[in-house]
Amino acid sequence: MTDPTQRPAPRGDGARRTGATPARRPAGGGEVARPAEGDGYRSAIPPRGPLARALAPVGGFGVTLANMVKPTVTEQYPSEKVPTKPRYHGRHQLNRYPDGLEKCIGCELCAWACPADAIYVEAGENTPDAQYSPGERYGRVYQINYLRCIFCGLCVEACPTRALTMTNEYELTGPTRAGLIFEKEDLLAPLRDGMLRAPHPMVDGTTDTEYYRGEVTGTTPEQVAWVAEHRPDDPTLPGYTGDEPRWTPGPAAAAVQATAAAATKQGSR
Amino acid sequence: MTLTPERTTVASGTPLVPAAPPAPPVVPEKTVTFQIDGVETTVPKGTLVIRAAERLGIQIPRFCDHPLLAPAGACRQCLVEVWAPGRDGNLAKMPKPQASCTLEATDGMQVRTQHTSPEADKAQHGVMELLLVNHPLDCPVCDKGGECPLQNQAMSNGRATSRFVDVKRTFPKPIAISTQILLDRERCVLCQRCTRFSEEIAGDVFIDLQMRGARQQIGTFDTRVLDFAPDPGTGDVVPGGEAVPSTTEADAQAVVSPDGPVGVSLPDASGRPFSSYFSGNTVQICPVGALTSAAYRFRSRPFDLVSTPGIAEHDSSGSAIRVDHRRGVVLRRLAAEDPTVNQEWLTDKDRFAFRWQAAPDRLTVPMVRTRHADGTRGPLEPVSWTEALDVAAEGLSAALAAVEEPEGVEPGLLHRVASRLTGRDEPVARPTGGVGLLPGGRLTLEDAYAWAKTARVVLGTNDVDLRARPHSAEEAAFLAHAVAGRTLEVTYADVAAAPVVLLAGLEAEDEGGILFLRLREQVTKRRARVLSVAPWASRGLQRLDGTLLPAAPGTEAEVLDGIAAGARHEGLAEAAELLAQPGAVVLVGERLAGVRGGLSAALRLAARTGARLAWVPRRAGERGGVEAGALPGLLPGGRVVTDAGARVDVAAAWGVPTLPSTPGRSTGEILAAAAAGQLGALLVGGVDPGDLPDPAAALEALAAVPFLVSLEVRASAVTELADVVLPVAPPVEKAGTFVTWEGRPRPFPQALVSTALPDHRVLHALADAMGVDLGLRSLADVHAELDVLGGWDGGRASAPDERPAEPVTVPAGHALLATWHGLLDAGRLQDGDVHLAGTAPRPVARLSAATAAAAGVADGEPLTVSTAAGSLTLPAVVTAMPDHVVWLPTNAPGCPVRAALRADAGDLVALAAASAAGAGPSAGAAARPAVTGRVGGDAGLVDGGADGTSTAGTAPTGRTSGYATGSTSGPVTGTGEERA
Repeated sequence: MTDPTQRPAPRGDGARRTGATPARRPAGGGEVARPAEGDGYRSAIPPRGPLARALAPVGGFGVTLANMVKPTVTEQYPSEKVPTKPRYHGRHQLNRYPDGLEKCIGCELCAWACPADAIYVEAGENTPDAQYSPGERYGRVYQINYLRCIFCGLCVEACPTRALTMTNEYELTGPTRAGLIFEKEDLLAPLRDGMLRAPHPMVDGTTDTEYYRGEVTGTTPEQVAWVAEHRPDDPTLPGYTGDEPRWTPGPAAAAVQATAAAATKQGSR
Repeated sequence: MTLTPERTTVASGTPLVPAAPPAPPVVPEKTVTFQIDGVETTVPKGTLVIRAAERLGIQIPRFCDHPLLAPAGACRQCLVEVWAPGRDGNLAKMPKPQASCTLEATDGMQVRTQHTSPEADKAQHGVMELLLVNHPLDCPVCDKGGECPLQNQAMSNGRATSRFVDVKRTFPKPIAISTQILLDRERCVLCQRCTRFSEEIAGDVFIDLQMRGARQQIGTFDTRVLDFAPDPGTGDVVPGGEAVPSTTEADAQAVVSPDGPVGVSLPDASGRPFSSYFSGNTVQICPVGALTSAAYRFRSRPFDLVSTPGIAEHDSSGSAIRVDHRRGVVLRRLAAEDPTVNQEWLTDKDRFAFRWQAAPDRLTVPMVRTRHADGTRGPLEPVSWTEALDVAAEGLSAALAAVEEPEGVEPGLLHRVASRLTGRDEPVARPTGGVGLLPGGRLTLEDAYAWAKTARVVLGTNDVDLRARPHSAEEAAFLAHAVAGRTLEVTYADVAAAPVVLLAGLEAEDEGGILFLRLREQVTKRRARVLSVAPWASRGLQRLDGTLLPAAPGTEAEVLDGIAAGARHEGLAEAAELLAQPGAVVLVGERLAGVRGGLSAALRLAARTGARLAWVPRRAGERGGVEAGALPGLLPGGRVVTDAGARVDVAAAWGVPTLPSTPGRSTGEILAAAAAGQLGALLVGGVDPGDLPDPAAALEALAAVPFLVSLEVRASAVTELADVVLPVAPPVEKAGTFVTWEGRPRPFPQALVSTALPDHRVLHALADAMGVDLGLRSLADVHAELDVLGGWDGGRASAPDERPAEPVTVPAGHALLATWHGLLDAGRLQDGDVHLAGTAPRPVARLSAATAAAAGVADGEPLTVSTAAGSLTLPAVVTAMPDHVVWLPTNAPGCPVRAALRADAGDLVALAAASAAGAGPSAGAAARPAVTGRVGGDAGLVDGGADGTSTAGTAPTGRTSGYATGSTSGPVTGTGEERA
C-alpha cells in the first residue's frame, strides 16, 4: 500500500514548474551523488549465532530431505501418458451421424472462422449414387494444416452441424510439412459398430433436418441393402467376415501416430 | 492508349486505338429538391427516392430494386417514412410507410429512412421478419452465403431472433430450369428480379410467377412441378411437385409445347423449352440463393475467391467481367458494371465458358518434333524454350533463304487448290519460299500487333492474315477502307440513339450478345426499328420486334442494293425511307464477306442513305487485329501497305530501312501456297482448321508446308502437324487489350499467376533467336510503340465496288446453304462446360414449307443435307424463309457444316429425307427431274410467273427471288411467324 500522501505530484504541478528555475544539482558536482565518506557496507541479514554457524554446512540437506517425502509432480512422458483435461483442444475430428453419413456439409464456415487460415474446404454435391452427408452438399475436400492450427477452437464454434469437434489427441508431429496436413480421411471419426461407411442413401423419408435433430439413430435395412448391392465387400456391412478392418485412419494420421509411437518407444524406459 | 501510366514517350498524334472519351454529363431538364434524413438534395425529375438516397450515401435495404429494371415494389423492404406537401402546401405525413423504390421524388418532400425514423425502421424489421418466415435459413449449404443481400440485410435491418415458431413452407429442391440454372423455390423472396430481367432485358421469358398466396412461386410452367395436372407420361399426379436432380436428365423429357407458356423459346439440347443466352444474369441479380448455376454449385465461398477484372474473350462486344479464382483455378465469372458497354449484363457464353483456359490439353512446355532416321516426322518431344526457339528460328531462317521453284509440283495443282481455298478463279503466281503467318482472330491488340510486326520486320513479308474464317479480297478492301483506323465512329451509344438499325450478315443475338441487348433496350424503350437482311426471322430478331428483309444466302448484296427510295418492293422502299433518318446505323457482320458484293453493297447503301456503317466481327481479336495491321494489305492504324508514305512512317517507327511493299496473301492464298509447296514455313496462332472454309484442304496445306510453327494455348489439329509448338497464355493468364467492334480499347489485367507467355513475348523471343530485336518484350514496350506509331491521317484505301454475283441456278433436289454460328455450339472455347452446353438450342435444319415438300420431309422429320464431301442429318423445321434455301447452324454439336459438307453459306447442297439418303446423296439427287430454277435476291428480279411455279406441291424448283414465295409476298415481319 502506498501512502496516499506520497502520491506523485499531479500533472499540473509539473506544468507549473516548467516556468520555474530548475532545482539545483546535489553538491559534489556530478549527476549522481557520491556515497558519504567512511560509510562502509552493512549487510541487512541479521548475524547468526554460533550454533547456527556450526550447522550451516549440512543445513541445505533439509530442503532435499523434505522433498523426498513430498508427492512427485514430474510426468514420465512419453513412457507414461497422463490424460488431458476433458476439454483439452487436441486434434480435430469430423463426426458422423449414427448411420455413418458424414455430418460435414462443406459449408466452409470453419475455414471462414479460422484465424490461422489452417482449414481448406471444397464442397461437393451429393448425388443419389454418392450420398456422403444428409442433404445436397458435402465436404469433398477437407484439410487442416496442423502446422498452422493454433487449436483455438473457433472452427468448432462455427460448425453449423456439429461435424467438427476436437479430440484430446495432442501428439501431432512428423518429419515432413506435407505430412501434417490432415485430409478428410485422417480427420473422420472412426466407424463405430452399426455405422455404414458413406456413401449410402439417407434413411428413407428423412431430410437433413431429421438427421440434425437426432431422429436418425442407426442404419436401416434399406441402407444396408444398398451398400450390400453397391459395395458387397464393404467391411462395415453387418456380417462381414473378411480381414479388412472396419475403419483405418488416413495416411497422414497413421504416419503421425506411427511417429508418435516410435518416439514413445524410444523414450520409454 | 492510356494503359501504362509510366509511359513517357509522346504519341505522334492520336493514339493507335484511342480510349473512348468520357460521356458528357447529362444536364437534366427539370430538377426537384427534397430532403432525405434532413439532407437536402437536388435530383432530376423522375428520380426514385431510393436512387437519390444512394447518391447521398444513405443506404436503404432492398431486394427487388435494380437500377436497370423497371420498378416493381415487390419486396417492400425499402419502406421509408414520407412527408410531402399536400394541396394546401402544408407538409403532411403519408399515412403509411412508402416503398422508396417506386416513389418518385417531388419538390419539398421529406423522406425519413430507417436512420432517422423509428417508424421506417420498424416497418423494415417487420418486412424482413415476414420475408424470413418461409426462408429456409440454409445459408451453410447455399451458394449465395457470404454475398447474400438477404443475409446482409437481415443482419443490418432485421431482428436478431426469430419469433416464428411454426413449420416453414418447403419445396423440393432444386428444380433444374436448364442444365445450368437451378431454382430453389423455398429460398425465393419473390422479388421478381429474374422474371423482370427475362421479360424486360433479354425478352426470352423462361420463368415466371405462378400460383397465388402462400404458394406463389417462381418456376417454369411445368405441370408436374406445379401439381395441378397429371403427368402426361404416366398419368400420375405428383403430390407437392417433384425435385429434379440437377445432374440427371430425369426431367429432360417433360416437354410442354415449345411455344407454350414460357414464351418465345426454342428447345434446348435436352428438348426442354428453355433456351436463353442470358440466363446467367438471373443468377447474378438474384438477391437470395434461389437461382444458382450448376457450374458454380458448391464450388467455393466468396471469401475464398480472388476477384480480378477482365474482358470477355468470346465475342467482340468487349463485356467487362469479374474473374473469380481460387488457388489458381477460375471458378466463375460475373458481369462487371460498365454502363457504356455491357451495363451489368453478360451472355451465358462469356459467363460460363471459361474452362477451356485450363483444359487438360493445355500446352505448357515447348515441343519440337523429332525426325525419324528417314526424315519423316516423328513425335513431338518437350524441350526447353531455348531449344524450341532455336529450332523454330533455324527452320524459319531456312524457309526465308529458300526461294527456288520446288521440283515436281504438278502443273495446275496450285491453281486448283488455290481456287478451292479462296473461292476465286485466279492463278496464284508467287515466288516460292518465305513464311506465312496465320495469327487467328482471338488475339489481344498487343499480340496481334506483335504478329503484324514479326511478319514485316522479322520475316519480311506481308503474308499475315488473322481471318480464320470465310473471307474475301473484297472484305480486305472493305476493312482497309471503312474499318481500320476508324475507331469509335459508331459506338454502343450511337446504336442506342439510332432510330433504325439495319443488320446485314449479322445475327445479333448469336454473334454479339451484348449488342443484341443494347438493341433490344432501344426497341423496347425508345421504339427503335431493327431491320435484318437474313434468310429467316430468328428468335433474336423476333424479340427485337424486327423486320426481316428476306434474302437467300448469296443474295444479300442484291437486297442491300435494292434498298432504295423507288424500290418496287414496299419493304425495301420502307427500309430506304427509314435508313434515311438521321442517326440510322447499318451493322454488317463478318459473314457478309462470304457474299460477293455484300460489303460493297453495304458501303453503297450507307453512301446512298447517309446511314452510318459499322463492322461487327464475331471474334474478340478481329477488330484489334485490323487496327494492329494483322492483315495482308494493312499496316497498323489503317495504313495501307501499298502507300509508300505509310510504309515509311511505320518503318521509321520500327527502326527498319524498308518494309515489304507487295500486299500479302490472304489466309486462303497462304494456305493454297502452302499446299502447293510454295511456302517454306508457316507460323500459325490460335487457328482451328475447322473454322476455315475448307477444313480438309487447310489440314492438307498445313501438312504440306515444310516447316510449321504453332503458337497455341491448347493442343489442336495444328499441333498434330507442327514441327515446333510454342505454348502461349490464354487471356486469363496474360494482360492485354481487346478491341470491341466499335474500336474501343478494353484493357484487362492478368488474373492468374502463370509462367505462360503471351504471344508478343514468344514472338519477341523468336525474333531474338533469329537475330532481330522485335522490341516487344513487355506490355509496356508494346504500348509505348503503339503510342509512338499512333493513328494515321494519311490516305486510306479506296472502297471496294464489287457488283453482286449472278443469281445461282438451283438444280432440283438442291438448295442454297445458309448458315451461321450459334452463340453456344461445339466451339473449342466452350470445351468442358457441360452445363452450358446443355442450354444450347437443339441443332435443326430450317427450310421453307415448299422446299421441305420438295425434299419430301415434314416438319420435325430428319433431313439429310449433303454435298459431294459428306452429309449431315438433322431434324427439319419448317420456317418462313425463301424457297430453295436450307439453314444449318455452322458448328453445332453433331453439325460441323464446314468439316462435313466442305460448304459454306451460298453453296449448293443436296436435300433429301433421311430415309431416302441411304442410297447416297448424289444418287438421290440424280433421281429427281433436273428442273432448275434461279434464286435471286433483288425484288426487282421477281417476275410473277415464276412465283407460281415454286409453291409447295408443284415442281420442286422454280425461278424465285430471295423473298419467300407463296403466301408471303412482302417482307416477313419478325413477330410470331416462326414455329419452332
